[in-house]
Amino acid sequence: MNDVVTAVLIVVGGAFMLLAGVGIVRMPDLFMRMQAATKAATLGAGCMLMAVAVHFGELTVVTRALLVTAFVFLTAPVAAHMIARAAYSVGTPLWKGTIADEFRCENDRVGQSAGETSTAQRANPAAREK
Amino acid sequence: MRMFLWNLLLALAWTVSTGQFTVANLLVGLVLGYFILLFAGRAIGYSSYFSKVPQVVAFALFYFGQLILANLRVAYDVVTPTHYMQPGVIAIPLDAHTDAEITLLANLITLTPGTLALDLSADRSVLYVHAMYINNCDVEEARRQIKEGLERRVLELLR
Repeated sequence: MNDVVTAVLIVVGGAFMLLAGVGIVRMPDLFMRMQAATKAATLGAGCMLMAVAVHFGELTVVTRALLVTAFVFLTAPVAAHMIARAAYSVGTPLWKGTIADEFRCENDRVGQSAGETSTAQRANPAAREK
Repeated sequence: MRMFLWNLLLALAWTVSTGQFTVANLLVGLVLGYFILLFAGRAIGYSSYFSKVPQVVAFALFYFGQLILANLRVAYDVVTPTHYMQPGVIAIPLDAHTDAEITLLANLITLTPGTLALDLSADRSVLYVHAMYINNCDVEEARRQIKEGLERRVLELLR
């Protein structure tokens, strides 16, 4: 029974990691690459650590696996957020299919020529609450 | 918080008295301790801890479900040749005020595939989120989903 659970968790975790890798190649802009890479990889790492915990089942291993999972889940989003924020503030272009950019409308970015943003990207600021 | 420590103490007492120091047994002890404290509430006074625990469990289940669903949606987009996403940066007016609330909310938003917290406005009233799936270009709907779905629950949990 435990073997089956371990095997399923490892396969699922590996699949998510693979998807994260493929996602980095396939996604069109940096922000979506960050999305594909961080979340799926986090979940994959979580699955693998759970597999370790189930397989060994000893208190020392389980507590460490849980602790590592907790730290991965706490730190991965922070790293993703910082990279995306830095990329945005140095003017990394968004994908052409991007339908709204309410951030840019409110804080005109430095070094961003007006011709670069299409009208579709400039969402109507009046639609904002507050 | 004090109630939680009592609960932990009861769980430890349970593991020591049963002599099986395993994670499963500790969990059993935690559940038993929770109900003991609940029944003892008449004597030692009720605390918000009793209503918080089911809320935390419910939120964890809800969030985990969302995590899996969102991951599968992104995964589907990654493996199929066409791009279905309609990404955009949306501004979310915050009801969360303290550092802890905003941090937790931003972290949870970033952890969900398809949404990525980009920046917080200088006056801490607006959170900018990069969302991958804004259905039918309906920015208002995407905004409402994050606000009603995630922020409301997080605030319920912390307040």
